Amino acid sequence: MRLLTAFVSGLIFGLGLIISGMTNPAKVIGFLDIFGHWDPSLGLVMGGAILVGVFAFTYAKSRKTSLLGNTMQLPTNSTIDKKLLGGSLLFGIGWGLAGYCPGPAIASLLSDYTQPLIFTTAMLGGMWISSKLS
Amino acid sequence: MIAWANFTPVPAFVGGLLIGVAAAMLILLNGRIAGVSGILGRLLQSWGKESAWSVVFVLGLVLAPWFYSLAAPLPEAQIEAGHARLIIAGLLVGIGTRLASGCTSGHGVCGLSRLSLRSLAATITFMLAGIVTVSVVRHLLA
Repeated sequence: MRLLTAFVSGLIFGLGLIISGMTNPAKVIGFLDIFGHWDPSLGLVMGGAILVGVFAFTYAKSRKTSLLGNTMQLPTNSTIDKKLLGGSLLFGIGWGLAGYCPGPAIASLLSDYTQPLIFTTAMLGGMWISSKLS
Repeated sequence: MIAWANFTPVPAFVGGLLIGVAAAMLILLNGRIAGVSGILGRLLQSWGKESAWSVVFVLGLVLAPWFYSLAAPLPEAQIEAGHARLIIAGLLVGIGTRLASGCTSGHGVCGLSRLSLRSLAATITFMLAGIVTVSVVRHLLA
């Protein structure tokens, strides 16, 4: 059951990314291009997701176990340090360069384009390098 | 200047709601955070009891375009980046998201929904870095 719900969650997540336009790098770059022709659409993607998320996570915080009986694993780390900010800086530069973040890249692998595959391979390589460094 | 011709509020908002529903499902039913970079990064590190659900979650993401195409043709994507830029960007995204323990989904959606200041700091940082990068590439170097 847990596997089925994880699969459906991944699937709905991916469909949301496709419908919202997040899998189109030009759309993402248009959102980040506030000094050019700014396309505010992706602000609404985040807004819509957080609107649902706030209710879900507020309720989740009040529970010790999930509805299927798993431990409720909410992050406890609240430190804002160089690792967090430096990592986010590198991520943001990469995001702006190509217009892909991890979710949309994965949800574009089975499309007509080869670019997401190249990006994803490099991204997994970067994740692997990161795990060897720390 | 706002590019109204490119503005797609309805699909953006509906897609956003779906992303929220997916994150809500995973936390409420499975007790886990829908953070794509974290899920991928942990899978690359070691195989353990968290790996099975992580693999099927990723499988759902991978198969999403296939399911979508059963109902309608996939929307077109415009990809400016050439191969070299894609590889550099991919490496930066991979290293950066693991250092920061999260990306747009883990910090931007789940973290902000939890009202986490740490995630807010991460989100502001990667948004600003993205804005500066796009401005430099599009307007300073072009």
